[in-house]
Amino acid sequence: METRKIEVPVMADLFARGEKPEYLFWVGCAGAYDDRYKKVTRAFAKILSYLNVSYAVLGKEETCTGDPARRAGNEMLFQMQALQNIELFKGYEIKKVITICPHCYNTFKNEYPDLGAEFEVISYVQLLDKFIQEGKLKVTTEKFKNTRITYHDPCYLGRANDIYDEPRRVIKSIAGDIAEMDRHKSFALCCGAGGAQMFKEAEKGNKEVFLERMEDVLKVDPDIVATACPFCMTMMTDGIKYKNQEERMKNFDIAELIAMSLGL
Amino acid sequence: MTKQIVFAITLFLTLGIFGFTIARIIRFFSLTRKGFPVKHLGKRFMIMLKIAFGQTKIFRRPVIGFFHAMVFWGFCIILFGSIEMVIDGLFNMEKSLSFLGGFYKFLMAFGDIFALLVAISIVIFLIRRIFLHIKRFEGIEMKEISHIDANAALTMILILMLSLMGMNAAYVRHAFLTGTVTQATYPISEHLTGLFAGMSADKAFTMYQIFWWIHIVMIFIFANILPYSKHFHVFMSIPNVFLSRLEPLGKLTNMDNVTKEVKLMMDPNAAFEAPATDAPIERFGVKDAEDATWKNYFDSLSCTECGRCTSVCPANITGKRLSPRKVMMDLRARMKEKGPKMLKNGRDFDDGKSLVRDYITEEELWACTTCNACAKECPIDINHPSLIVDMRRYLVMEEGSAPGEIKAMFNNIENNGAPWQYSPEDRLLWAKDLEINVQ
Repeated sequence: METRKIEVPVMADLFARGEKPEYLFWVGCAGAYDDRYKKVTRAFAKILSYLNVSYAVLGKEETCTGDPARRAGNEMLFQMQALQNIELFKGYEIKKVITICPHCYNTFKNEYPDLGAEFEVISYVQLLDKFIQEGKLKVTTEKFKNTRITYHDPCYLGRANDIYDEPRRVIKSIAGDIAEMDRHKSFALCCGAGGAQMFKEAEKGNKEVFLERMEDVLKVDPDIVATACPFCMTMMTDGIKYKNQEERMKNFDIAELIAMSLGL
Repeated sequence: MTKQIVFAITLFLTLGIFGFTIARIIRFFSLTRKGFPVKHLGKRFMIMLKIAFGQTKIFRRPVIGFFHAMVFWGFCIILFGSIEMVIDGLFNMEKSLSFLGGFYKFLMAFGDIFALLVAISIVIFLIRRIFLHIKRFEGIEMKEISHIDANAALTMILILMLSLMGMNAAYVRHAFLTGTVTQATYPISEHLTGLFAGMSADKAFTMYQIFWWIHIVMIFIFANILPYSKHFHVFMSIPNVFLSRLEPLGKLTNMDNVTKEVKLMMDPNAAFEAPATDAPIERFGVKDAEDATWKNYFDSLSCTECGRCTSVCPANITGKRLSPRKVMMDLRARMKEKGPKMLKNGRDFDDGKSLVRDYITEEELWACTTCNACAKECPIDINHPSLIVDMRRYLVMEEGSAPGEIKAMFNNIENNGAPWQYSPEDRLLWAKDLEINVQ
């Protein structure tokens, strides 16, 4: 099989050449720094290239949306990050932003407009769903037809923004079906990492949240736990390790599953 | 005539006490902070129809939700009969609304059926509460008084329903004995007329009057106890749903006072443009009851302590101290404690206590994952996470208090634009040697 090298387009370079891409691909801090989630970023970038989507990333100019600061109560820091980002986006005349992190998505979509943002925000899950529905992404169930896949709803796509059906349609397009956990869609249990919990130890209790969630997963006994959020991915991957299920099941992001099914 | 006078006095006493209670509560609202403006009335009306009258969120627990819906819909229909009883009592009339004909007959018949359905539901609720160990009725915030409160209200509703059926049965019996035609049919109570077997027409009428008085007086007592109990939600939940937050659950409210400061920091020129105001400096976030918005307080008064929020809270499920129900109950209790003293001694009144710490500990506040399961579950659209984050805002911005790792995360964002300690220079490392297979 032949391979083609991908140069990820950077906004500053394009702008210097007078080019304006259709989308800004907002990678997010986890997508840029978390070793596991970097693979998701790569998978999604491959899909964008495969589809010849006109996009660019901010690269070194990207910074935190401020979401974890806001949820941890540091409104000052959040707004400084937000206003800075809004200025940057305006400078590049960015109209559409794709995010692969539900936390970035939620903050951009619901909270930045209060501070003067005027760009459209699209979750990569919505984009994948759209491309599949429109027939631009031609996926088949060939690779995953005998694979049992469950989907863990991230709070910030699900309850926070009512995005339940898009990820399910995407998974069904490559696997035929989803093995749902008892608690799913709006009933889904949090992985335990939202609201800035990702960055601290949990308070005293009798169990870790991700292990409680992992037990939901074990009841379904899937081959793959599909996630759509970097924090959920950390928690689910840890959960699989804690429960000694590494031989039995794997955790993949929806973008990775699509890239795999396309053989990218 | 005597009945009319006695009734009028009872009614005005009831309304008087009720008015006094409500006026007191409204004054507490004057202490609270500005929340969102109430716009989009049409949309709100639809939400009210769906969630309050349609009981859609209560049906997230289909079985027990069904019984609650029976009680709610029953109350709505039976309310019509209660209004008729007030008119009858005031103007010494008999079945004053019967002129409505078929519509009246329909409501009376269904009111009678629902009286039984409500009674059955209430018995099920009582059995659940007294004999079954239901986890969500327990918790650190559930004191003995909370259980007494619940069971007392349920018992009163049961008495209301039994007296209603007794009243209907005696009415039917009396009509039968005097050979008159009843104004409506009572599909359930007409089978209960045996209770009055052997009674004369006069005696049956007396029984009818006794049940009539028990029922209406119980309604009056119930109405006046409600505002002092968790069952205040009978009045508050429909308006609370009407006043729902309309934004997506994921959205946190922007702090406009912070925006002003940040803009000044980022653009020093703006300092000259900003008009000086004499407005007192507002506290950042929520430290005490009066820092909460009117909507937070409304939420707390509407909460009926059902515990659906706490039962789905990931922190609570895994044994942490946080309980979203407790947050609401604490706000209500704190306002009850501090509100009257603030009204008397002025806003600056300080009793050396506060909602944060004396009621809600930092440990509870930092355990929240902002997953919004509580808000999604609440049958009457209470929003707990926004209040929890507002209390975190107070801790962080007024006191600089946060867990060490959270402070480190703040520092990282400030210094290198990411919650972790990585350099912005490394942001594109993921894109290195990226290749795609070409078929």
